[in-house]
Amino acid sequence: MADAAKAAPTHSFSEAAAQALADQDLQRALLNVKRGFIAKRAKARDKLPEFARLRDEAKAIKDHTLSYLDLYLEAYERKVIESGGEVHFAPTAKDARDIVLRLCRDAGARLVTKGKSMVSEEIGLDDHLEAAGIEVAETDLGEHILQIRGDTPSHIIAPVIHLNKETIAADFIRDHDGLPPGRSLDTVPDLVAEARAVLREKFLGADVGITGANLLIAETGSSVIVTNEGNGDLTETLPATHIVLASIEKLVPTLEDAATVLRLLARSATGQEITTYTTFATGPARADDPDGPRAYHVVLLDNGRSGMLGNEFHDMLRCIRCGACLNHCPVYGAIGGHAYGSVYPGPMGAVLTPALYGIDQARDLPNASSFCGRCEEVCPMAIPLPALMRKWRERDFDRGNPPFRQRLALKSWAFLAKRPRLYHALSGFVMPVLARLAGADGRFRHFPLAEAWTGTRDLPAPEGETFQARYRKSRVKP
Amino acid sequence: MSQAGQHRQSILSAVRTALGARLGDPARDAAVTERLRGHPRGTVPARAHQDEPALLDLFQSMLESQGTEVTRATTPEEAVQAIAADLRLHHLPLALRLGEDEVLRTLPWGATPGIKLCFGAADGDDRAGLSRAVAAAAETGTLVLVSGPDNPTTLAFLPESHKVLIHRVDIVPCYEDVFDRLRAIYGEGGLPRTVNLISGPSRTADIEQTIVRGAHGPKRLHVVILG
Repeated sequence: MADAAKAAPTHSFSEAAAQALADQDLQRALLNVKRGFIAKRAKARDKLPEFARLRDEAKAIKDHTLSYLDLYLEAYERKVIESGGEVHFAPTAKDARDIVLRLCRDAGARLVTKGKSMVSEEIGLDDHLEAAGIEVAETDLGEHILQIRGDTPSHIIAPVIHLNKETIAADFIRDHDGLPPGRSLDTVPDLVAEARAVLREKFLGADVGITGANLLIAETGSSVIVTNEGNGDLTETLPATHIVLASIEKLVPTLEDAATVLRLLARSATGQEITTYTTFATGPARADDPDGPRAYHVVLLDNGRSGMLGNEFHDMLRCIRCGACLNHCPVYGAIGGHAYGSVYPGPMGAVLTPALYGIDQARDLPNASSFCGRCEEVCPMAIPLPALMRKWRERDFDRGNPPFRQRLALKSWAFLAKRPRLYHALSGFVMPVLARLAGADGRFRHFPLAEAWTGTRDLPAPEGETFQARYRKSRVKP
Repeated sequence: MSQAGQHRQSILSAVRTALGARLGDPARDAAVTERLRGHPRGTVPARAHQDEPALLDLFQSMLESQGTEVTRATTPEEAVQAIAADLRLHHLPLALRLGEDEVLRTLPWGATPGIKLCFGAADGDDRAGLSRAVAAAAETGTLVLVSGPDNPTTLAFLPESHKVLIHRVDIVPCYEDVFDRLRAIYGEGGLPRTVNLISGPSRTADIEQTIVRGAHGPKRLHVVILG
């Protein structure tokens, strides 16, 4: 199992969820997810009649790549070397941190700029570099805001979806030195303009640029990033050294395969036909290039992923991190990303987090779902997310993790459900008794073992008959 | 074995073990080689399969829907005048930075007296940059720029105004057609350091999902279609 980086969930999910539900600012901010992303994605999908077919093809591309992953990794590595770059394999998060730090030191780095990278959040890279005395500047607007707040992302593609502009303005006044304290930051364009000016200095002064990768292409040895801001491009073009940090399942075989995945990615994520910038980087600058990095390194992270290959969580390795499952999840929509306590929240996080850190560390997450199935419906890679969460619940149960009362309830239920005659006899007896006990209004104000429910609302009582009894009655009628 | 070699070996053998694959299996090797060599196309959206005038309209309307200004020029003189007019419109100095691209250098710049041209990579002080797109995909209004002395990558990101000239004949239906053009230039499996697919000016929606143009890259993108 991967070493537990700072990113491993550490807190109680139910407490965090309760706090999130009571947080008025957060609730207001979460409306932006519901109002924006869902409608935009639906519109983009409707404008592309081939969407469903592309989804099937993209799934097949990833399934093919994963079943030959060792060979595609080797083919990719050969092409990177051929184009003048270097590939570094990192089995664990710690290995990846150490490799990146060494590369930064070798480059004599004092200032490192970074494009948005979930893998770097996963391995806790920024703290590691800063502890070694290297200044790290996150350059994605959202990530910059998080960095000056000491905060973590609450959404994999919209990291500050939990914040309002007033909060961000206060952060800028506090953190952006050398600017007039009374300046106006009332509008979103004011905030963007200030961040542009502050970060422009960082772009121009950086010694190393670190980006993630949305895709790696074996055919050409390229890393692909998709952005709207252009920060990723400045990060990978201006400094003398470009380091790509990517996990091993990001590979696709060819440029054509990349095109198929790209047609789904932006539409699923932000509802755009394509992001403003899609950039293929291949090796360092060539001899006669007037710009671009002189050195190009790719750090390939495993961190538990090879352990998912070929087992029941294999399908999760198709994930392209579009965030559609978060946007459409009623649980995510109610509590936001932080309550999950993991870098990866929502349905995809509920499956991936236990795989990366162990089910004992993340047992609440696969349980934080009503299994409504919308995540699977909107997933562009057709990942059966509810089924995978259910598999984690089963593993959790087998490891004896759920509390005694929950286990007892589940076991009793299973005992009855497997014995239909006993079940019917018992329910035929209990239903009328409950109906009578509840009295005329048909509701319980208190009920043993259901205090969590009755503490805030009444429990409706059964009406006196079982479904089966009613069904039989209705069938004999003409 | 070095530590780097051990790391590499440990990942590759973990993957092989998980897949139940054996090293040097000729059938697996052949499947991968064939896929990489054949690079088969998937489904190309029907909207890309259109004849030239409709395809050009699609390209232009997709670009415009993403906040890009588009001008059509039938002659190089018109292209130069469109570029100068756009600089004036946005109160920018009559100056441009560009690379060594022969097409751009030999445009009839005399048609706009007083325009100042600087050559080479952008350094952060330039207000406007000019590049030539090697191709464009109509399906999403996407320009394709390649790095090199002709069109340095920084021109597309550092200046606040970015101008791109694209020849009408270089507009192709889909991404796959773009890749075939790149293979024709750089050979199978080869790409320049950077290939930029650009579909609008820089933007962000990070704060309250409000779209603002001019995040870190250019605030404006102006495309001139020549021919």
